[in-house]
Amino acid sequence: MRRGYFTTIMAIIGFAFLYAPIVSLVVFSFNESRLVTVWTGFSLRWYAALFNDSQVVAAGLLSLQIAAVSASSATVLGTLAGIALTRLGKFRGKTALTGMVSAPLVMPEVITGLSALLLFVSMDALLGWPGGRGFTTITIAHSTFCMAYVTVVVRSRLVDMDRSLDEAAMDLGATPLRVFFDITLPIIAPALISGWLLAFTLSLDDLVIASFVSGPGSSTLPMVIFSKIRLGVSPDVNALATIIIGIVAIGVVAATVIGARRQPNA
Amino acid sequence: MSAGAISPRRRAWAFITNALYRLGISGRTALILAPTLWLAVFFLIPLLVVFKIALSAFALGQPPYLPMFDWGADGSLSITLHFSNFLFILQDALYANAYINSVRIAAISTAISLVLAYPMAWFIARSDDKYRNLLLMLVILPFWTSFLLRVYAWMGFLGRNGIINNALIGLGIIDEPITMLQTEGAVFVGIVYTYLPFMILPIYTALVKLDQSLIEASADLGAQPLMTFLTVTLPLSMPGVIAGSMLVFIPAIGEFVIPSLLGGADTLMIGRVLWDEFFANRDWPVASAVAIVMLVILVVPIMLLSRAQNAVVEKDA
Repeated sequence: MRRGYFTTIMAIIGFAFLYAPIVSLVVFSFNESRLVTVWTGFSLRWYAALFNDSQVVAAGLLSLQIAAVSASSATVLGTLAGIALTRLGKFRGKTALTGMVSAPLVMPEVITGLSALLLFVSMDALLGWPGGRGFTTITIAHSTFCMAYVTVVVRSRLVDMDRSLDEAAMDLGATPLRVFFDITLPIIAPALISGWLLAFTLSLDDLVIASFVSGPGSSTLPMVIFSKIRLGVSPDVNALATIIIGIVAIGVVAATVIGARRQPNA
Repeated sequence: MSAGAISPRRRAWAFITNALYRLGISGRTALILAPTLWLAVFFLIPLLVVFKIALSAFALGQPPYLPMFDWGADGSLSITLHFSNFLFILQDALYANAYINSVRIAAISTAISLVLAYPMAWFIARSDDKYRNLLLMLVILPFWTSFLLRVYAWMGFLGRNGIINNALIGLGIIDEPITMLQTEGAVFVGIVYTYLPFMILPIYTALVKLDQSLIEASADLGAQPLMTFLTVTLPLSMPGVIAGSMLVFIPAIGEFVIPSLLGGADTLMIGRVLWDEFFANRDWPVASAVAIVMLVILVVPIMLLSRAQNAVVEKDA
């Protein structure tokens, strides 16, 4: 017997625990009643309410923009850090870079948020930049903590990658830059894509850091959701959750299908 | 291609690399400098600023603290350090309780996660290759959906008119709804639920590499399954257990969202205290001091985590 009854039962309980709340969010988003937990009939009224709520729509658009910009800059910075840490051998400051790149992963969000805010306030006093808080400050703070996650993803891909391909290209006379764009980049591209997606999701989801570094008029979607649910459950939030879960599910299925096609032998 | 025909793109590259080279910045240096400078400015310096402001005095105004460096009329510099914020949070029982409570709640949540995650990791590691990736994906998938909305889902489950109370009343098991939301128990549920994947994955990584023949050898030599588990399986998966435990414990200590949505008014946790100190009391120096003390508490767990991760990496090599 490879798996006992005990582990099987525990696994079933565990997966039920992971998915029951998500299923209930989706089911009750189609509920007619204002009560989120009593089923009265099928309705799409909370979806209509959601799209008619101009505050939610504006915050959603702002969050998407911040997430797109943050994920892109985090991917560029994280890739540079990943390459520096895996391909350049020893250099002065390598330990410092290794430490600084992994520290945001274990830093409590309240501290990351507070420290970023205090930096921006001090910079404003000294340099007159960034001139108040809003889109720019949220994007910088998100790029910084997302960069750490991208570096982890890119770095592990670079470590796994067959280095003889790089060396062959260099032996054939390609410049380092050419080797990077023609050989390394296409091979690590899947890691860049998953790193970007991870950064995008993390930025889109962040409440704590954004609350510290946002200014008046720049409320992100999690900030609006938080102020709604703080006082209790609200069915239009279920509708929003269902839309997000739907997008994630489609994305993950698509990524799995594409991944399976790219590596038919794996 | 003739020697004279250089594409404009290539010429632009040559120009840029030349210019940087003349400045003494090679491609290699630029590659190292860009991420290092970014992290130094937007991650390291901010932590130093927190430290500085923790040593400043509170003042009404914007920004709400007094300057540490003061240039006198004669050009002399006076530096004023205020340790009062640290004294204040060490003496006030509210903060001490919040720290102790955070450590206690994080430790209990970590223990519950471990009990739940270990069998799940074992189940996945011992599954057929066909299903293993699917099961792993099912563990990771919730992580991709919004954390805030997954905590919100529990408000619907645990509330007075929530799904669990309605079901129990419907089945005639209870007459009156049980208070589950806004209790410490709800905070445990929220933390375990949110961070369970972080516990499962490192344990899975340790278990999947475990040599099956060691377990068989132990059984052949007459050890009971429990004995084999305690003397072979568990010690060999220890780096995964420690890494997973720290990945739950560390974020749980500073958690803000879960205690404020699922916990009661009396569920004091340090992340929430910092938040209130900053947003409600606008006392930036005390908030900074609270942050510094929190970091000190996290030093040991972070060291344990990095040791466990190194142990996992070394096994790979």
